[in-house]
Amino acid sequence: MLLSSVAERVYWFARYVERIENTARMILVNNILLLDLPGKSTLGWEPLVSITGVPEKFHEIHKDVNERNVVSFLVMDAGNPSCILNSIQYARENLRTSRAIFPRSIWETLNDLHNYARENKSATLTRRNRYEFLSHVIDSCHLISGKLSASMSHDQIYEFIRMGRNIERADMTSRVIDVRADNLLPKHDDELKPFDDIQWKSVLESLAAYQMYRRYVHVRVRGGEVLRYLLQDSHFPRAINHCLGQIERCLRNLPLNEAPQYALVKAQRMVRNAKVDKIVNDNLNQFINKLQLAFIDINAELTSTYFEGKEVSAALYYGEPGIRSTA
Amino acid sequence: MTISWDQYSSADGFDELITPGGRARPGAGKIVQYLRGLSDEELRERRDAAELAMRVMGITFTVYSEEGEGGIDRVWPFDIIPRFISAREWSRTDDGLKQRVKALNMFIADIYDEQRIIKDGVFPEEVLKQSVNFREQCMGIKPAHDVWAHICGSDLVRDKSGTMYVLEDNLRVPSGVSYMLENRLVMKRVFPELFEDRNILPVDDYSTQLFDMLTSLSPRPSAYSTIVVLTPGIYNSAYFEHSYLAQQMGVELVSGTDLFVGDDDCVYMRTINGRERVDVIYRRVDDLFIDPEVFLEESRLGVPGLMRAWREGNVAIANAPGAGVADDKVVYAYVPDMIRYYLDQEPILENVPTYLCMDKKQREYVLANLENMVVKPANESGGYGMMVGPAASKKTHKEFAALIKRNPRNYIAQPTLSLSTVPTLCDGNVQPRHVDLRPFILSGESQHVTRGGLTRVALKKGSLVVNSSQGGGSKDTWVVDSGGK
Repeated sequence: MLLSSVAERVYWFARYVERIENTARMILVNNILLLDLPGKSTLGWEPLVSITGVPEKFHEIHKDVNERNVVSFLVMDAGNPSCILNSIQYARENLRTSRAIFPRSIWETLNDLHNYARENKSATLTRRNRYEFLSHVIDSCHLISGKLSASMSHDQIYEFIRMGRNIERADMTSRVIDVRADNLLPKHDDELKPFDDIQWKSVLESLAAYQMYRRYVHVRVRGGEVLRYLLQDSHFPRAINHCLGQIERCLRNLPLNEAPQYALVKAQRMVRNAKVDKIVNDNLNQFINKLQLAFIDINAELTSTYFEGKEVSAALYYGEPGIRSTA
Repeated sequence: MTISWDQYSSADGFDELITPGGRARPGAGKIVQYLRGLSDEELRERRDAAELAMRVMGITFTVYSEEGEGGIDRVWPFDIIPRFISAREWSRTDDGLKQRVKALNMFIADIYDEQRIIKDGVFPEEVLKQSVNFREQCMGIKPAHDVWAHICGSDLVRDKSGTMYVLEDNLRVPSGVSYMLENRLVMKRVFPELFEDRNILPVDDYSTQLFDMLTSLSPRPSAYSTIVVLTPGIYNSAYFEHSYLAQQMGVELVSGTDLFVGDDDCVYMRTINGRERVDVIYRRVDDLFIDPEVFLEESRLGVPGLMRAWREGNVAIANAPGAGVADDKVVYAYVPDMIRYYLDQEPILENVPTYLCMDKKQREYVLANLENMVVKPANESGGYGMMVGPAASKKTHKEFAALIKRNPRNYIAQPTLSLSTVPTLCDGNVQPRHVDLRPFILSGESQHVTRGGLTRVALKKGSLVVNSSQGGGSKDTWVVDSGGK
């Protein structure tokens, strides 16, 4: 027996942990990328703001799009709901309310990360200390994933963790492609400029995909091939096709899975049947938009089937301290 | 430098472990001797080990903070020197508590039915009329076995003469039992040698007893019944206990939003498999919050329609809504009369002498003697809103005099008891600290009383306030059977 509210918290816990890791890696990679670009490069930190999907929130807080402001926005600005500190906070709150389900040491790791991030957040504002902070954040997320995998029963609860992780991954990969590629797409593939090369490489890097790409794709880094890899590869953990395949396997082990499966298959078809060469030159934005709508659909079906359409983790905030106990 | 027991003396009261002559109380010799043999170093090690065990086991209570970070989990201070009670004394206390809770349940059932006790002139109608915890929505409802207060936590204190009194009965959502259970586990880890003679009566069957009691309330006795623990959520100070008890019983811990009432007036919980019927709700949410259709409309802690389902007999709620009518310090004063009225017996356990401020003569006495009295509001818990006369300033005396005059029904007063003490580790030495005791009484098809209960200790020197929210700690409580009757 699994309570809907528990399934929901576990699912969101996994999404937030994944989001923390992805955001940290994105900043880290951009940081390194910029060192390679000529000083006057038009590409700077702007794309990172777009990737969050809430650029308007950025402009509410900051006037200029510069390194310091963007990093602050991604790491610690309370006004950015997906910043690393907020995501850690949400992950922690979701875990707190379902602590009994998880091995204790997972709580400890997340709690350590929570304290570390709050104490050291300002380190990210200087390039020098940024690397250490972000690496620690990424490592902590891996530690949590490792502990989940190694010390928790792989039962129905675990399926919700895997689904949360994979939908978040798929979503992030699509955002990175969308924003990065928008700036990068060559009108003609043979007009590759040297810096574009570096940037396509950074697309792969920000998804931790560069090494795997080199091993499996066997061609130099080129727009079309990178896209094909990130969309359709079935083995790379952050390739969208792989993520959707994982969700498919989770759903097989869950009851009442018809509606979510239907939404999932729609997204899978879209990815598998995509004519990458054509999309690259033509309508990538449009394609990604449609794909993201398909992800929203999957999330919505999971919510209405398993969590009953409640607001995200709303149950967490019901327990107000109005009631005193006698202990 | 070992503990100087020779210098230990509890000047102002009865000590639970050591006689005024400096000897161990009968039956407690072994443990006193054992403690005497420990060096400072060893004692400190044991204390650190206990604290570590508490942390590792995650035994915490929540202190709410305003910083928007939610609650903070704190380890509740625990003292390693146990409180000792002889099995013979406990057996009498056990009988007294059962008698008392039985009468209380008959009283609540009567109040929500014919109110014979009022018609017969034993209990004044005006007290009921002004009761904040009386729920007229409960009139005419008949819970299983005529029991309303299924879980009762009664606070016991001992005065100078060694007499055990009942100080109050908590019939709403009494808490603390998880600490009783965990304290014992910690003690077993820290002092395994002391448990070897097996004279210390076990307490760890509580969750089984609780589960059996809750099962006995099920409206579908033939089927496998589904029990849940209903919590207000993580910001409640007793959240640890809610989740602990749910785990120990192997039942689900739910919030109001996990439950709903169907068209058939049955209660269901939302699961990933769809809805699942709930038979018994052990609720740790206050009456007024459990059903926004009937009580506080803005409550989001409860379940709309729950009262309907309960009235129809489709679900059992423990404690029953409305049971708090007997959890009122004015009503408390009438418990001895209830025992005589309903059971035709003399009370086994005594009440602390209580002055009702609603009575003119008694009020005048209270107002004239405020500096020697403990004044309590009728319906508060957790030690809030009370005044300990001897410790309070003249200004506070005046404030309370005004409060009493303004709303006499809301106040009672009791003579200041010098609560009994137990040796407690303070600043590397052993000093007397005041304690009370909260046993838990379960009532369903049958009754069960914990062996001992939760001993709370006021860690500040001379303090009489034992509440966790106000500088209290706790101790393990040993009911020791040293043979003989």
